[in-house]
Amino acid sequence: MTLKATLLAGAVALAPMAAAADMTIGFSQIGSESGWRAAETTVTRQQAESRGIELKFADAQQKQENQIKALRGFIAQGVDGILLAPVVATGWDDVLEEAKEADIPVILMDRMVDADKSLYLTAVTSDLVHEGRVAGEWLAEEMAGEPCRIVELQGTTGSSPAIDRKTGFEQGIADHDNLEIVRSQTGDFTRAQGKVVMESFLKAEGGENICALYAHNDDMAVGAIQAIKEAGLTPGEDIRIVAIDAVPDAHLAIANGEMNATIELTPNMAGPALDALEAYLASGTEPEKWIQTESRLYTGADDNMAVYEEKKSLGY
Amino acid sequence: MALSHAPLRRLAPQLVILAAVLLLNLAVFPDFFRVEFQNGRLFGGIIDVLNRGAPTAILAIGMTLVIGTRGIDLSVGAVMAIAGACAAKIVTDGHGWGTALAGALLAGGLCGIWNGVLVAWLRIQPIVATLVLMVAGRGIAQLVTEGTILTFLNEGLIRLGSGTILGLPVPVAIWIALGAAMAWGVRRSALGLLIESIGINAAAARLAGINARGLLVCVYLVSGLCAALAGVIVAADIKGADANNAGLWMELDAILAVVIGGNSLLGGRFSIIASLLGALIIQSVNSAILLSGMPPEFNLVIKAVLILAILVIQSPRIGHWIYILRASGGDPAPGRAPRGGAHAKETAR
Repeated sequence: MTLKATLLAGAVALAPMAAAADMTIGFSQIGSESGWRAAETTVTRQQAESRGIELKFADAQQKQENQIKALRGFIAQGVDGILLAPVVATGWDDVLEEAKEADIPVILMDRMVDADKSLYLTAVTSDLVHEGRVAGEWLAEEMAGEPCRIVELQGTTGSSPAIDRKTGFEQGIADHDNLEIVRSQTGDFTRAQGKVVMESFLKAEGGENICALYAHNDDMAVGAIQAIKEAGLTPGEDIRIVAIDAVPDAHLAIANGEMNATIELTPNMAGPALDALEAYLASGTEPEKWIQTESRLYTGADDNMAVYEEKKSLGY
Repeated sequence: MALSHAPLRRLAPQLVILAAVLLLNLAVFPDFFRVEFQNGRLFGGIIDVLNRGAPTAILAIGMTLVIGTRGIDLSVGAVMAIAGACAAKIVTDGHGWGTALAGALLAGGLCGIWNGVLVAWLRIQPIVATLVLMVAGRGIAQLVTEGTILTFLNEGLIRLGSGTILGLPVPVAIWIALGAAMAWGVRRSALGLLIESIGINAAAARLAGINARGLLVCVYLVSGLCAALAGVIVAADIKGADANNAGLWMELDAILAVVIGGNSLLGGRFSIIASLLGALIIQSVNSAILLSGMPPEFNLVIKAVLILAILVIQSPRIGHWIYILRASGGDPAPGRAPRGGAHAKETAR
């Protein structure tokens, strides 16, 4: 996929908001299985409110049938547009067809579906491979040619974020022979496993032989930080730590100097989605079929304490 | 009381297997047995096994008693999540760690009594009765944490998970002390025998004057309390209550520990020490997988193969073959049949 084109499309987010009075949008959310998802819901509500859009919210509690019901409900109510965070990729053709016949644009958020591209207006997602690549490139720049033995905490084995973030990171460090991944094991995206697996890395490699940790999400990194401390090392200095997601606790860890960098998986998918929808409804502008959200890099140079305070209230 | 000959014979298979798995660790990581004292705590591969095995070991204590009554407690993983969530909620509301621990144990105790009442009074089959809380419990925990990872900075509570006593991690001290106390308690009193009698024949036990209902509730209560303690340790270890993941699938590890400990799921004779060894065996297997540096895609396959091998070696039929081989080989009288074989006959009767 062409990265530049999509980045350009993402820049639409910065365009001034169109005034949209009396607009009603339906939002079918997967559920609230993670802090990030809760934050996404909060941000979507905030985005709708700041634009004066009435948001009809439906929590599907992880069930596709609930989402399909919610979508049919939205269509019956004749909303102006639908935001859909699909729980699974397949089985959407019929209901998307119904929305299309009713002339209601559907925007996918955060995940894709296996359906014909003409059935939805656009999809707003992050690029998981790109996130990994940003992490790898950051580390390559940080090490500036110094040799570095990296340990990697993978996400749940076989899950697409784990596969893509691993691939991306490997791409990011591919041109740097000084960087080498010496151990890679799954920490199941959880704090507890992140800590356990980091303990084993520290034993097996020897803490002084590890120069950096790359974790597929912040929770595992936060767990690993504790393991590093208990091993008598200083996280952030003895072992550099880069992870993905930018949850509030990661900002706190960076502010405390215990972590070096995190790449944001923004909970603000609704911003670009509503921009595209408003432009489409106002002037019929067809957006790109894929809007990539920004994968922003946060390091110690940013005011992480301020971001932490800001994000804390989003429901992470 | 010194370990006499008979208990040692009972524990022999578990001890041999544990030694073998520890040697496997040594093979993949030569420094496995090296223990250093650094940063005020013991540090080494073997210490990790003891420390990381703590939640499974504590769960296995309660689970052994439940399985001894021919029951099973599937809810322990969810109860861990509830207890961890309660403890975190209490300290973030500004109370002390003692209150938090008490609150968590209270929550776990209530869960245990709930299970006990369903099983003992309403006569619902244990696997179904405890399934209710297994499914609902995680939801309850999420209600307590409001869906977030509830983090805390209370030093006292954190010490329960990652502090040390004389250099030994606190969870290790807790499970060894609790295991020893329970194993001693049930064997120095008639309690163990009474629990076993319910497992072998509940009706006969009741007719013999045993308060089977009361005892059943107590057994599930103990299991709930053990789960609560394990839940607090797990939350304290990561300084946060993760309702989605704390104790996830731990009930299966606890049951597996009891089974590897040579205890029959059909109830009757049980050994808490053997279950604790079972928990250590499971953790040693986990440790070997992590230290080996194999790609994570192999984790579950390796674990399954090792566990299968352990269970096959322990199976009554294999035990009987070994007995026959030894007897026919003119080996000096092996005494009596290995426990597995004897037990199989006992239950078949």
